[in-house]
Amino acid sequence: MARVKKKRLLLRREWCKGCNICVAFCPTHVLGLDEENRIQILDESRCIECYLCEWRCPDFAIELVDLASEEADGAKEGAA
Amino acid sequence: MNEKVRFLQGNEACVEGALYAGLRFFAGYPITPSTELAEGLARRLPPIAGRFIQMEDEIGSLCAVLGASLTGLKAMTATSGPGFSLMQEAIGYGVMAEIPCVIVNVQRGGPSTGQPTHVSQGDVQQARWGTHGDHAIVAFTASNVKDVFRMTVEAFNVSESFRTPVILLLDEVVGHMRERLRIPEEGELPVVERLLTQVPQTVDFHPYLPREDGRLPMAHFGGHHRHNVTGLAHNIWGFPADDPASVDRLMHHLVGKIDNRAMEFAHWVDHQADDAEILLISYGASARSALDVVRRFRERGDRVGLLELQTLWPFPAALVRERCAQARRVAVVEMNMGQICREVQRVAQDPDRVYLVNQVDGRLVGPDTINQALRMIQGRGF
Amino acid sequence: MATLDYVRRRFLPHIWCPGCGHGTLMATLVRAIEELAIPKDQIVMASGIGCSSRIVGYLDLHTLHTLHGRALAFATGVKMAKPDLHVIVPMGDGDALAIGGNHFIHACARNIDLTAIIMNNQTYGMTGGQVSPMTGHGERATTMPYGNLGQALDVVAVARAAGATYVARSTVYHAPQLKKLLMKAIQHRGFSVVEVLTQCPTYYGRLNQRGDAVEMMTWFKEHAVPVGSDARKDDPARFEVGEFVNVERPEYCASYDEIVTRLKPREDEHA
Repeated sequence: MARVKKKRLLLRREWCKGCNICVAFCPTHVLGLDEENRIQILDESRCIECYLCEWRCPDFAIELVDLASEEADGAKEGAA
Repeated sequence: MNEKVRFLQGNEACVEGALYAGLRFFAGYPITPSTELAEGLARRLPPIAGRFIQMEDEIGSLCAVLGASLTGLKAMTATSGPGFSLMQEAIGYGVMAEIPCVIVNVQRGGPSTGQPTHVSQGDVQQARWGTHGDHAIVAFTASNVKDVFRMTVEAFNVSESFRTPVILLLDEVVGHMRERLRIPEEGELPVVERLLTQVPQTVDFHPYLPREDGRLPMAHFGGHHRHNVTGLAHNIWGFPADDPASVDRLMHHLVGKIDNRAMEFAHWVDHQADDAEILLISYGASARSALDVVRRFRERGDRVGLLELQTLWPFPAALVRERCAQARRVAVVEMNMGQICREVQRVAQDPDRVYLVNQVDGRLVGPDTINQALRMIQGRGF
Repeated sequence: MATLDYVRRRFLPHIWCPGCGHGTLMATLVRAIEELAIPKDQIVMASGIGCSSRIVGYLDLHTLHTLHGRALAFATGVKMAKPDLHVIVPMGDGDALAIGGNHFIHACARNIDLTAIIMNNQTYGMTGGQVSPMTGHGERATTMPYGNLGQALDVVAVARAAGATYVARSTVYHAPQLKKLLMKAIQHRGFSVVEVLTQCPTYYGRLNQRGDAVEMMTWFKEHAVPVGSDARKDDPARFEVGEFVNVERPEYCASYDEIVTRLKPREDEHA
């Protein structure tokens, strides 16, 4: 059954410390670390929106954003 | 009979003074000879919806007082030597985070457990320097029940005005002796209320930015101005800051707000000190004996006077220097090994003319002891 | 995210080491507060000293960063003075149970309505990996270089024995469960204790060859069993997570207020 995507991943690279927790515990291997040892998305299409990356991240560096509400807000997110 | 005239212990007068000043929170731990303060307030606070709590130790007591003060209540604790030692770290926290509170130390003999039921004035320098780090402190004392009441009110007033812990150094004799006290009517003595910020909710509030008059308006926990309180060096928002400029500003502010007001905080009583050839300087219970000696000598026509200090810290250096300059000999009467004497010697133009008259055996230094000492001082060329 | 509304974002990234579990606890705690919809002005968060205590600086609440071990004593004063406020007290294991142990057991016994969160990383992180009350027997610390002579304190047992009326344990691996337990603890009327196992890969992990943050969290995953599970018999390293105590007893401030009400002079007495 085709899944309708309701969320997208928002990364705050500048807050990421490269601990690898989100990468290791992602059940569908969506995430990886880049050459600077910071969070990057490998394949967002595999994301099952389980939130475990966001919940376990010690650094507020990763978040699932609601696409519907983001459209309504006009996509204004970003680290202050 | 006026119902406001009472026959009270010094410790009980301190309770009355604190309530007069608006005390609404007390936390403490039992210790001789201060326990009457806790017992009195355990009875008196609940009926006026004030808060009393006996904590698990003196450390917790002062910490609870500091926490309560941050919500807006006038707060106090009371203890004696060993408990005062345990409170030292939290006194420094109160100084650093600029939290109003009053700490009563009814002094007993030390060091260590010392003489729990006997009098001493051995914590004078500890009140000044007990907590670590450079800082300034305010400490008052009193020699009679009426002044205990008055100086308790003053302790709250200074504490609230300048967001600082104020120490009230009583002693076992003053704490436990009974005298007549007429409790002043409301409005008779000034009572300073806490200065609250008028900054609107939407405007950035700086809890650690002093006004031009040196006072820092507060915002209470539970209000709209959420801010941080820390014992770390901090900036004007209360957030940790270790840049040299912030730390330098903070250090000079903390010391300056007290030490630059030394004469504003100075309370004293001149007992025929103006024309004294021998000037006694004393405070607390020992000032009572010193006063008796002054009367005896004056009856014989000897020009002996007493400068009774009620403010010990910041040390009223200008006052003491001036009084010492007028006298030929100065004798500091106290129940320790010379804790105020060294201050007098520090500020007097001629330290060699400043003598220590002391007694440290747990008994009140009596008129006879002082009398005898003065005879010896006179023998040296008075 | 709405969660960041509770965060003083200008101070991020925080000072904790890469992989430190304290950040996960902070985020989970914020989610719990957010889901309970408690206004920020109604929360005082008091902490002590150590890595754990730095949590308060990052949260947009009334925050009180106190002395080592004394957070509960400050918090007791705050709560007694203003019982309507929610007072949450995150502490490290050394902070809460070594230097602050006296305050801890007496706060339990009073059943004063505070929420104590013990961020248990089994070491003193800020000072560089010394032995803590939660370091296990034989484990290494810079001040137990030949292995810990003592035993880890069972804080759940201590809290229960001392009279805490809500006691729970979880880990930062179990963030969803942890959030629910924190919510219940905050809502509980009385003294609540939540022990949270959180990894310190920098000191405890390195000194004890526990691997990196991921390996330490995996260990939490593999050794945590539900409260009451028989699985602990097979492996003594396993530990229970969940709710251990949830009972009602008179709360300290409420009892005090009853006295205040009883003593209040009645209007007709002045007639």
